[in-house]
Amino acid sequence: MIFDIVIYILLAVGVFFNLLAGIGLLRFPDVYTRLHAGTKCTTFGSIFICGSVILLGLKTWYSGSSDGSVLAIHTVFALIAILLTNPTGAHAIARAAHRSGVMPFGAVVDDLKDGKVTPKKTAVKKKKKEVKK
Amino acid sequence: MIESFGTTYLVVILTLLLCVVMAIIRVIKGPTAPDRIVGLDTINTIVIVSMVIFGAAFNEVIYIDVAIVYALLSFISTLFIARYLEGGRF
Repeated sequence: MIFDIVIYILLAVGVFFNLLAGIGLLRFPDVYTRLHAGTKCTTFGSIFICGSVILLGLKTWYSGSSDGSVLAIHTVFALIAILLTNPTGAHAIARAAHRSGVMPFGAVVDDLKDGKVTPKKTAVKKKKKEVKK
Repeated sequence: MIESFGTTYLVVILTLLLCVVMAIIRVIKGPTAPDRIVGLDTINTIVIVSMVIFGAAFNEVIYIDVAIVYALLSFISTLFIARYLEGGRF
């Protein structure tokens, strides 16, 4: 069957990218590069694995059983949850790591410490304090 | 379902378990606190994917519902830990 071959290929690609995420998490030298490996690769791999499960559900539904449609629809919602939450969490972790003072590996100059990146409220408060003084 | 795809899903689950073990090594070894959080986030995503695989292997939809709820709760916990590291107000 052509469906089985496509399901096997999608599973293999997804597992390969998840394995790359694990290896990159061990081998990279820095918080930001580890975040790069650990978030992007797992998101990409989970897209393929969920796609294989959706295809399996559609195949079961096509062959006459109504359980397959429920499996496919619930997997679509799980995939949407992963796609919405995973990059947002990675962004929050990167911002927290930068603001807690972790420098990139081998970095000498940190350009993000200029006044452009700090939020507007703190900048306004500093200006008010300067005016009072 | 488990008869035709059983060995394939066993291999997939064992490989994902290997990834989780690598992330646990990073959580134990990590020199700073954000390293450990990166490892925990990776473990969360791999656990979600393996729950989807379990649901397909045993033909039970309840595992995939658990995966949806786990994804949303792990997102909230990651945001709270990042906010705590950042040192701002809640």
